[in-house]
Amino acid sequence: MTEDGREAVIRVRGLKTQFGSHVVHENLDLDVYRGEILGVVGGSGTGKSVLLRTITGLQIPAAGEIEVFGVDVLAGGADRDSLDDRWGVMFQDGALFSSLTVRENIEVPMKAVPGLDADIRRELADLKISMVGLPYLAGDLYPSELSGGMRKRAGLARALALDPEIVFLDEPTAGLDPIGAAAFDTLIRNLSQSLGLTVFLVTHDLDTLYAICDRIAVLSERRVLVTGSLEDMLEVDDPWVREYFHGPRARAAFADTAADRED
Amino acid sequence: MAAREERIELGLSETDAGAALSLSGVLSIRTVSELRHRLAALNLDRPLVVDLAGVARIDTAGAWLLVDLETRAQSAGGSLDLRNVRDTTALLLDNVRQARPEPENRPEAARGVRALLERIGRAVVGALRYFADLTGFFGLFLARLARVLRHPSQFRLTALVAHCEDVGLRAVPIVSLMAFLIGVVLAFQGAEQLRQFGAEVFVVDLIAISVLRELGILLTAIIVAGRTASAFTAAIGSMKMREEIDAMRTLGLDPGVMLFVPRILALLLMLPILGIIADFMGIFGGALMAWLELGISPSMFVTRLIEGTGVGHLVVGLVKAPAFALIIGVVGCHAGMQVKGNAESLGRMTSGSVVAAIFAVILADALFSVFFAKVGI
Ligand SMILES: Nc1ncnc2c1ncn2[C@@H]1O[C@H](COP(=O)(O)OP(=O)(O)O)[C@@H](O)[C@H]1O
Ligand SMILES: [Mg+2]
Repeated sequence: MTEDGREAVIRVRGLKTQFGSHVVHENLDLDVYRGEILGVVGGSGTGKSVLLRTITGLQIPAAGEIEVFGVDVLAGGADRDSLDDRWGVMFQDGALFSSLTVRENIEVPMKAVPGLDADIRRELADLKISMVGLPYLAGDLYPSELSGGMRKRAGLARALALDPEIVFLDEPTAGLDPIGAAAFDTLIRNLSQSLGLTVFLVTHDLDTLYAICDRIAVLSERRVLVTGSLEDMLEVDDPWVREYFHGPRARAAFADTAADRED
Repeated sequence: MAAREERIELGLSETDAGAALSLSGVLSIRTVSELRHRLAALNLDRPLVVDLAGVARIDTAGAWLLVDLETRAQSAGGSLDLRNVRDTTALLLDNVRQARPEPENRPEAARGVRALLERIGRAVVGALRYFADLTGFFGLFLARLARVLRHPSQFRLTALVAHCEDVGLRAVPIVSLMAFLIGVVLAFQGAEQLRQFGAEVFVVDLIAISVLRELGILLTAIIVAGRTASAFTAAIGSMKMREEIDAMRTLGLDPGVMLFVPRILALLLMLPILGIIADFMGIFGGALMAWLELGISPSMFVTRLIEGTGVGHLVVGLVKAPAFALIIGVVGCHAGMQVKGNAESLGRMTSGSVVAAIFAVILADALFSVFFAKVGI
């Protein structure tokens, strides 16, 4: 499990996924190490969401092996079931249960904890609500009464309800205004530090990549083309990667963070 | 499943200055309830030292418990001193301290008789408001209808025809079958009873009057309410849900003219026709049964029908049709406009509109009966 002293909490080998004859991933290898924030990037339709769904067992791959905490995701059994407590998933639009209030949504995973008092559960849900930066009264609202950004925050709060060790985030900042997106980045960074979270972050947002990701994995040509730090990405000699990390937007984002670091 | 067997141990020693608490084990969402119960009796109005040296892991719930203890100690005049706090734990505690939701004063929920009275009051006000809303909606429909009459170019004839097909033509089989069976049942039951008095021939009056006056149009309206009110609510509600109605407004299209007028007008045109079909089929079913069961030949049936039953009964029945049509259309469209942004409320509104439409139709029928009885028709 351990490579250069770091523990791989997610290990994907030789993954192949396909829909009918449309192959999305082939021979895909990926490691995610404990405590890091991994940014997964790639063009639209390269299968970032499908990869996330496959690792969390929502999608059955055609071939390959996936281990999370050393447990085979594709196998059954009690070990596999215990994984559900150890990871949290935030879907692209929050995927909140529309018939429940935000607070009830967050309480859903907590109800599986034996012996947890209802009033404590309620207070913990309120705490999660404000930890993700939602106003207190948001707890009583239904998902349809929230804005897109608030729904994402509520989705994150639900994903974090049981303090999982890994969170999977699918484009958390897409559709947020720049200030909201930056606040979300800070939130994720903060939570990952204080809770020791490992974060699997699918994103299109260059600012997010620069601001919070420890490592980046580029999805291209049906596999993980390269992984490495931002500086590594600038060296990569691949047309898509060059375009992506040397484009004007990338330069702007990079300049911003460089300036931040000097401050 | 080691993760599920988390334990927390707690050692409490009283000192002259206050109390010292040492925790060991895992302070997590699985142990937080237990720990809180065990700490419930603790005196908080003195200095308290909590040693976390033995704690292997703290999660947000654990941090919340400590911060909660801290706040309560402070407000009780004591203090809380955390010892052997790891860096990550300190960060977590800070996060939780910052995030502690403002204690908000929620309105006390009423209990007992007061709660019951409150619920009844709310229900009554809700019902009145709903009725006022429906009246308002009816007014809106009339206003839009008037606008369409003044500017016929705005009228959507294609939509009207399409809705007529949906509301009327497609309902013909089910309405006919229903009315036919009602006629059969009436003849059969009536024959049983009337035969005892040798008054079989009055079965014709029985069938004709009950079908023409009441059952034909009432049951048709109930079936149409079930089919059409729900369809209207679902169609308009899903447009509302996807903000299509807002989009229409921004494009200068009036939802009243575009959506409500064609639908309600289609009902107004079709329900009387369906009622006539139901009347005819009901009497046909009754005649068939009277012939087979009582030996009343079709020609005898027709003669008796013309002699014994006035056209008045048919008119009394059909007069109700436009009223029922308006009720069904207004209730269905209004419910569609009440749909909020989620699928849940669409489902609730759809089933709600059927119930409300059927109830309103029956209520209106009862009012009509009273009215006709008083007027003496
Ligand atoms: N349920 C599905 N059925 C068929 N094809 C799918 C399905 N889900 C995803 N795909 C295809 O897989 C590819 C990758 O999709 P996705 O992972 O959503 O892309 P992205 O990287 O933008 O998140 C796309 O070409 C998409 O059409
Ligand atoms: Mg996607």
